[in-house]
Amino acid sequence: MMSSVPAVSVQGLRVERGGRTVLRDLSFEVPRGSVLGLIGPSGCGKTTLMRCLVGVQIVKAGTVTVLGEPAGSKGLRRRVGYATQTPAVYADLSVRENMRYFAAVLGAPRTDVDRVIDEVGLGHHRDQVVATLSGGQLNRANLAVALLGDPELLVLDEPTVGLDPVLREELWELFRELSGRGRTLVVSSHVMDEAVRTDRLLLMREGEFLADGAPDELTRLTGTADLEAAFLHLIHEHAGSPA
Amino acid sequence: MSLSITLATTRRILAQLRHDHRTLALLIGVPSLLMILLRYVFDQPVLFDRIGPLLLGLFPFVIMFVVTSVGTLRERTGGTLERLMTMPTGKLDLLLGYALAFGLLSLAQVGVVLLISLTWLGLDLSGPVWSLVLVAVLDALLGMALGLFASAFARTEFQAVQFMPAFVLPQVLLCGLFIPRDGMATWLRVISDVLPLSYAVDGMQRVSREASFSSSLLWDVVVIAAFTLGALALGAATLRRRTA
Repeated sequence: MMSSVPAVSVQGLRVERGGRTVLRDLSFEVPRGSVLGLIGPSGCGKTTLMRCLVGVQIVKAGTVTVLGEPAGSKGLRRRVGYATQTPAVYADLSVRENMRYFAAVLGAPRTDVDRVIDEVGLGHHRDQVVATLSGGQLNRANLAVALLGDPELLVLDEPTVGLDPVLREELWELFRELSGRGRTLVVSSHVMDEAVRTDRLLLMREGEFLADGAPDELTRLTGTADLEAAFLHLIHEHAGSPA
Repeated sequence: MSLSITLATTRRILAQLRHDHRTLALLIGVPSLLMILLRYVFDQPVLFDRIGPLLLGLFPFVIMFVVTSVGTLRERTGGTLERLMTMPTGKLDLLLGYALAFGLLSLAQVGVVLLISLTWLGLDLSGPVWSLVLVAVLDALLGMALGLFASAFARTEFQAVQFMPAFVLPQVLLCGLFIPRDGMATWLRVISDVLPLSYAVDGMQRVSREASFSSSLLWDVVVIAAFTLGALALGAATLRRRTA
């Protein structure tokens, strides 16, 4: 019964900010255990959409249902992990102290602290104060918080920004492993070469979806060689001037 | 509201302070230094006995106001507040976590100044020491609660620091520290009646003059506590799960 409910179901979602429409009547569903990629240029509304999923965004119209409950409900706060694009961790605490605090807030088992630190590859920096981490390490510390408590849905805003290719590869292996265990992931990125690692892509531009489909499907439909070209093709098509 | 989240928050704030040796040294050292200066600037034990306790109430108030308003502003702008709001954290957990951490800190702060004042500086108190500690810690919590509330109106740390003179200095002028409140023009007197620091200073004056814990002192304590709870409630209202 539970597994038939999609992890995310969004209907007619509209968000306005300062009189400007940021998201225009979006509708989509994410099945459980899949990895959804949100791809689009900076400022296209990816972050706003993710904020809607975790229930911290004021919504103008539409419904957002997460794991069968309205987004942001009390019951969801342990079941959804969220990593913002700008790291939201305490710079004056060590990596381990940060994890310990957030684990206590989530009521996650204490063993989770070391597990998530290892999962993001910060094992050697456990006791380092966050302020002294490099940009990429800081990003991974931020991601680790979202993994605490093994949430059913992970909403990750640009989790691989500023990472070298090896680390990026490792994180994507982790994401695939999580989805293999039935976890659902919504991952945003503006890098096209990551998009091929997802099960399904939503291409966003100016608060709208330009396309929705599996990565290879999108390249096939547009008759292009790669996703970058597919995206460009779709933008031109959308603007009414075919390339 | 959850006790374990509240206590985890208290532990986290204390851990942050433990990493920040300079802030800790300033928090404990500055009031003591000012007290020592005060003692030798006045150089009259009678005057020091009168003013000293007032400042023992004022320092924790001012310092906690600044520390809390900047601290919570950092929590707001750094994204950690939003992250906590996506977690099972209740607003009360966060506020009480802060109150408990800064309450303990002010206890240490007041303890050190009091120890120096009573021994080295020869401060002479008429009332019991515990009543002074009680009023001083309440003053600290009042400053903390107002700081939490004020931080909601600041966008930057520059603004937050400016709130100190804006929120605090008018109260310092009107609280009876410089001129007895009875001697003020009626309209100033009325304003000072609704400002919490007036009761904080009045309480301290009673502690230094009256031999026992009087009912007037109890009234001061109740008013300070009520202001603190009111400011905490207002502060809670400024913590929002959903933002634009």
